[in-house]
Amino acid sequence: MALTQAEIDAEIKDHQDAYDKAVAGGSPVRHHPARDYPPYRSSRLRHPKQPLVAVSGGDPETVELSGPVFGVTDITEIDNDLTLQHRGEPIGERITVSGRLLDRAGRPVRGQLVEIWQANAAGRYAHLREQHPAPLDPNFTGVGRTLTDDQGRYSFTTVRPGPYPWGNHTNAWRPAHIHFSVFGTAFTQRLVTQMYFPGDPLFPYDPILRSVTDEAARARLVAAYDHELSRPEFSLGYAWDIVLDGPSATWIEEGR
Amino acid sequence: MSMTERPLPTPAHTIGPFYGHALPFPGGGEIAPPGHPDTITLHGQVYDGAGAPVPDALLDFWQAAPDGSLKGAPGSLRRDPSTGGFLGRDGVDFTGFGRVPTDADGRYALRTLPPGNAGVPYIAVCVFARGLTHHLFTRAYLADGPDPLLDALSDERRATLIAAEGAPRTYRFDIRLQGEGETVFLEFP
Ligand SMILES: [Fe+3]
Repeated sequence: MALTQAEIDAEIKDHQDAYDKAVAGGSPVRHHPARDYPPYRSSRLRHPKQPLVAVSGGDPETVELSGPVFGVTDITEIDNDLTLQHRGEPIGERITVSGRLLDRAGRPVRGQLVEIWQANAAGRYAHLREQHPAPLDPNFTGVGRTLTDDQGRYSFTTVRPGPYPWGNHTNAWRPAHIHFSVFGTAFTQRLVTQMYFPGDPLFPYDPILRSVTDEAARARLVAAYDHELSRPEFSLGYAWDIVLDGPSATWIEEGR
Repeated sequence: MSMTERPLPTPAHTIGPFYGHALPFPGGGEIAPPGHPDTITLHGQVYDGAGAPVPDALLDFWQAAPDGSLKGAPGSLRRDPSTGGFLGRDGVDFTGFGRVPTDADGRYALRTLPPGNAGVPYIAVCVFARGLTHHLFTRAYLADGPDPLLDALSDERRATLIAAEGAPRTYRFDIRLQGEGETVFLEFP
């Protein structure tokens, strides 16, 4: 039987309280979600129970300290404009999402691939397995990619995605979000995450967002409305910087 | 942020179920140039903690070139600027990067050239899936031998990282996310 939102809320609160108490007691801040987060039901059989094994750093021949490279042949120039992929204009509120890709030292990560995917304005993905009976938009696929520039900057033009229901529990709704897939200069910096929109009333109820138990870390997943990025008569602007984690060995190397 | 302040990392999130029309690309699992005589196949299945195949995992692969180079090359996702479609790899540059979604039975296959990294050859693997809040790193070693990581593991755990050579030049590497025979997953402190 599917759990109710109240039951999920109670589990979310238990995990939040346990984390807050641990940090207050001196445990380190956890920037990433626990892989074992039972309120997100699909995580239960998909997280390792053994601890991760540390690969000792410092060996420059460690394959994971380098990473794949991408270039102008891997994208087309309009891949970062999701409103241009069809003959007509997609329905929805047009937005520009822009920010910088940085490493833990605050240096720009240049020339790296940023991929996004998202639901349309009605909250429906252009994906066969998607069952949500909201309308598909023939003028919107919801897939984009770009390379970061010399300042580590990326920019996408798209429409604001809608929230959508999912099967985690009864009346489960995802806050509106854009999925991001990002590469750094090392394979260890790989990141897949989601960007949210400020002030979404669904934040407290969402086990995926709440799997990040650190409140400040959660806040880093929320873009800021930025009037400077809004374009007259065209789109509203959102700013969102992405900071790649990675082993300390990659922080002290020269960026590419 | 000030120049001296170190920014904090952006948290990871699950890839979710709906990346299939966005991230996989034609030829993602074909790192080797077509018909190259040295081509090897790495294949296997991804399983969850109940032993069920995981049909919605995505695997990223990264490896050294046969000559040991870790420089990589652009062109894994080469695009056609006139149609916007995928052109496929150019068959000349070895990019070292592959990406394969598992099929409905949790299977994947990668065709590539033997990695020439120092020591025991291996292919680095990054695992994403619905239900996986944060990706997992592992390694598919194509042989057993002295290696700082392998040597630090028990025999049982070590075995999870060594791909089994079946047919010639064909290696089976299963990934068990949880439970019996759980794959060794890695962190890079
Ligand atoms: Fe989503």
